[in-house]
Amino acid sequence: MIELDNVSYGHNGSALFSQLSLTLAPGSFQFLTGPSGAGKTTLLRLCYADLQAQRGKVRLFGQDATTLDRDGVAMARRRIGVVHQDCQFLDHLSVAENIALPLTVADRVSEAAGNLKELLAWVGLGAQSGRLPPELSGGERQRAALARAVIMSPEVIIADEPTGNVDWEMSQRLLGLLVELNRMGKTVLIATHDLTMIRSLKSDVDARVLRLKDGQLTTAGAVL
Amino acid sequence: MKALLDLIVGDPQADRVVPPTGITARLTVFVSAVMAFLAIIALALSLSTGRVADRWADELAQAATLRLPADPELASSHLIKALEVLETTPGVASARALSDEEQQELLAPWFGDDLPLETLPIPQLVEIIAEDVSYDVEGLRARLSAEIPGAVLDDHANWRDPLLAAAGRVRLIGWFVILLIGASVAAMITLAAHASLAANAQVIRVLRLVGARDVYIARAFVRRYTLRAGLGAIAGVVLGLIVLQVLPDGGGFFAEVGFEGAGWIWPVVMPLLAAITGFFATRAAAFARLREQT
Repeated sequence: MIELDNVSYGHNGSALFSQLSLTLAPGSFQFLTGPSGAGKTTLLRLCYADLQAQRGKVRLFGQDATTLDRDGVAMARRRIGVVHQDCQFLDHLSVAENIALPLTVADRVSEAAGNLKELLAWVGLGAQSGRLPPELSGGERQRAALARAVIMSPEVIIADEPTGNVDWEMSQRLLGLLVELNRMGKTVLIATHDLTMIRSLKSDVDARVLRLKDGQLTTAGAVL
Repeated sequence: MKALLDLIVGDPQADRVVPPTGITARLTVFVSAVMAFLAIIALALSLSTGRVADRWADELAQAATLRLPADPELASSHLIKALEVLETTPGVASARALSDEEQQELLAPWFGDDLPLETLPIPQLVEIIAEDVSYDVEGLRARLSAEIPGAVLDDHANWRDPLLAAAGRVRLIGWFVILLIGASVAAMITLAAHASLAANAQVIRVLRLVGARDVYIARAFVRRYTLRAGLGAIAGVVLGLIVLQVLPDGGGFFAEVGFEGAGWIWPVVMPLLAAITGFFATRAAAFARLREQT
């Protein structure tokens, strides 16, 4: 699905990581851990072509990311649902409109009506659908972001610290949703520094834990 | 046609993804209206100048004046000879000697109404009206000189040529002003579109991240600025036409300023031209800006 082959990336001449390889196989569930500043978010951004690798190759659904034009990148992103750390929304649109945004920009608005209601209920935001994003709590924003990421039924879901701003109960609920999506065949990659959260899922999912530290990506354990 | 209709009708859902821009929107409409108003006035002046100059030139081209020598003894015979020559000249529709009253009227601005014309050696003037296919000026001049030494044929070329040249320049300046106005509209809309795109950088980023293509994002901006430029121009054109209607009518040039016949196409196409300018300026600005963003 997504493959990073000997990828290097850095800022201002200093390498964040070099010759890093990663494969997201279809239906896999992977955690990406590591200390703050290790490059987890950068690595995720490379996975959805928000950044271009300085060296090496990134392949999205079999295509070299460097050969994709801007439309090609847009089309690839429709196959990847992203939950951002800061849950970026369009603040002038309602929660429902924000969640339906991927369908709107893909000119598939007609599909939104049925899916949206179901999805809002699934993430527990049925009552908040008409509210504006700034009126939502941290947990509600994370759930709205997750709903937006999955409304197009993408093949891959990438989440950057999805439980960063929520309490334990809410984080369990969010992770439960991601596990559910993985059982439906979606490929899931979650960046987190919260090992307790990873351990809590031990019995629910077969996941690979990757650790990014000092520019190297290592496997922390084949199966939790 | 369908693309134009789509642009006008738009997609309400797609339009909503970009927040309303308030002051930028109002300023764009205002500037477009002002530019269209100036363009319509400039066009009216330019077209009217051309019309008036053409008419004057036509009138001058149709008429010529023959001045016979001021010799009281030979005046009658000179006039008879001159009229004979003129009557036998192909292309001359008519020729007539100006009466004493008419000559006095012509001299009145310089010598007053009480000029004793009969006591002064005043040259006799003959008005010549040409047919549509004019006569051979040089040939006639040569024949008149041979028959009546001292006769002067004035075909008004000395008046007409500078007048036509001046009218041509005024027309050229008019079109240049309209070009400048068009360029100003394009520049203003480009600036406004850039400002709007910069102000909505975060919105554009979110749209890109959820899979929006550049053409989708650009369309939301392009449609707005195209409609604003067009609507502003309609207001400016209507205002311009009202002003042209209420210009003081003193029977002079101002009475001529306005649109006639095929010239009315300009007030009609002006909003369309403004909208087209808005469309291309915003489209270029939007794609240039989007290429800078990931």
